[in-house]
Amino acid sequence: MKVFAKRMLRRRSRAAAVPGAELAASAELTPSIVPVIRRADRFSVQDLMVEASYGVGARPSRLVMTTLGTVLGIASLVVTIGFAQTAAGQISNQFDAVSATQVMIEPASTRNSSGNEQATGRLPWDAPERVNRLAGVERAGLVAEVDAEDQLVTSVPVNDPSAAQTLSPAVIATSPGLLAAVRGQVVTGRYFDVGHDERADRVVVLGARAAEGLGINRVDSQPSIFIGEVPYTVIGIIDGVERRANLLDAVIVPLGTARADFGLTAPTELHVQIDVGAGTLVARQAPIALDPNAPENFTVQAPAAASSLQDNIQADINIVFLTLGILALLAGGLGIANVTLLSVMERVGEIGLRRALGATKRDIARQFIVESAVIGLLGGLIGSALGVFAVVVVSLLQGWTPILDPFVAIGAALLGTVVGLAAGAYPAVRASNIEPITALRGGT
Amino acid sequence: MIAAPVVELVNVTRSFPGPPEVQALKSVNLRVERGDYLSIVGPSGSGKSTMLNLLGLLDRPSVGEYHLDGRDTSLLDEKQRAIVRGGTIGFVFQAFHLLPHRTVLDNVLLATLYSGVPRAEREDRARAALDRVKLNHRLDFLPGTLSGGERQRVAVARAVVASPELLLADEPTGNLDEATGGEVMDLFEELHADGLTLIVITHDQAVSDRAERRVRITDGRLSELS
Repeated sequence: MKVFAKRMLRRRSRAAAVPGAELAASAELTPSIVPVIRRADRFSVQDLMVEASYGVGARPSRLVMTTLGTVLGIASLVVTIGFAQTAAGQISNQFDAVSATQVMIEPASTRNSSGNEQATGRLPWDAPERVNRLAGVERAGLVAEVDAEDQLVTSVPVNDPSAAQTLSPAVIATSPGLLAAVRGQVVTGRYFDVGHDERADRVVVLGARAAEGLGINRVDSQPSIFIGEVPYTVIGIIDGVERRANLLDAVIVPLGTARADFGLTAPTELHVQIDVGAGTLVARQAPIALDPNAPENFTVQAPAAASSLQDNIQADINIVFLTLGILALLAGGLGIANVTLLSVMERVGEIGLRRALGATKRDIARQFIVESAVIGLLGGLIGSALGVFAVVVVSLLQGWTPILDPFVAIGAALLGTVVGLAAGAYPAVRASNIEPITALRGGT
Repeated sequence: MIAAPVVELVNVTRSFPGPPEVQALKSVNLRVERGDYLSIVGPSGSGKSTMLNLLGLLDRPSVGEYHLDGRDTSLLDEKQRAIVRGGTIGFVFQAFHLLPHRTVLDNVLLATLYSGVPRAEREDRARAALDRVKLNHRLDFLPGTLSGGERQRVAVARAVVASPELLLADEPTGNLDEATGGEVMDLFEELHADGLTLIVITHDQAVSDRAERRVRITDGRLSELS
């Protein structure tokens, strides 16, 4: 008995040296008697991913069949959304940027008794500021025809009797913001600004064709032109005015200059650049903003709203395809669930083994859930890629511009993962509830 | 206080609620000291599976206490039991249970995933364990290409790679012929000689006879054989 006790003591001291050491650390903190193991050393996320990837890759042919449903579902969703976006792009291309976003307002006119046109309203000088406050208005600018018919516009005030009589370019006055409102570009030099306008500086900007006619192609030498006898400094040349192309043939002066030099009494047109689809709204509100007492004294040319019928048809098509896509996705999810369940049943032995090796139920569940999520992600990625490819190919064949939000492609791939996760939940629970010893003794 | 044995069952009863209620183990007392080599024999249906479940921390006793390596296992929750199982007990099964799509080395590494072997040591230890069972020339083979005896040796390597306190073998030679079964038993004796505590559960008298100490389980009751 004494000998036995001595042997036990020796063993005890040896035992204390090995597992007892780690035990002591944990015993202080918790009543637990489990050895302390660093998180990173026991079935970390990295281990989980490696194990799951082996599970996914073990049967490639089955993997293909499993992902097929998800691939089809995700692809049809991406195609549907892609075509909807592409078609929407086509529609707004038809209402191309200029005509869909340009509004012109003129004073209304009536015929007087002698048959002449007579304006009944008058555009205020601050019209651009007034309409700029409206929702949907981007920019605005005023245009006024200057009556300078009797004054010749020349680059040199020389009376050359041998030169052919040429039609002198028209003189037009604009507000400083007009160029942007009609989407013109400055070819060289600059457009005049508010300062020129307020001081009534004698500066002009030439339309490209007018500049050509006057023989001016650069402004760094500060060339001058003469309107009648009065010299004006050319500060810029413009081009690309799509909406009011006659500006290209004109000599453009600031409104303030035109009032001072030519006795201009009122602007003739207000050009407004608006957001797509804001036409109806701006057409209703702009006259009120211009003259709250007599909004009827203006005529407005605004783009029509897009056909609502077209929208409805588009929406119907979308719903049909989205429904099909979701159905395909559901079928895909069921496919994943089914195959994962089958795989759980086949791998009962492996599950039992892992439990025996120290895996918790949670570890097992996580592994199967990650496996099915990876299958879903694969399906999502492939489906998303196929969908994008289909949209691009069809658009190419139809001569459309393919438009697809990149987030749709990414989101669709992630949706595949979500489907995989959802589909894997039940099989994972089944797997985690398998009795280890039954599984281990059952053969396989 | 006397030193803790590796396994100590005190009045353990495991009953499965009926009807009729079945008592698979009846008031079992068992004490396995460090370095012991014990065999548990019994016909099928005698309670061997239940015994294996309990010893392997895969099941809890209905009544009684199970001290593993000096710790009262009834205080542990499921997760802690899994961690203790991974770090303290190595299993060898009749059906080997090697993963067919993974190499021999991977199969051994599997046991290090759950038992908390530091990542940097895992591969070295797996190679060392395979050295020990003399399979270092088969590292990259798939289990399907190995003989039965080799497969069981891989399983033994897997069982010892995490340096368990206790090796539980369940019918380790049941799927092997006499010669290869003998090899596996020789391997067990070597491990035992190195100080490993071994419990072999079997119905095979020849296997049982090689253990130092034998107990018989009949109808849920344990009796010591001399």
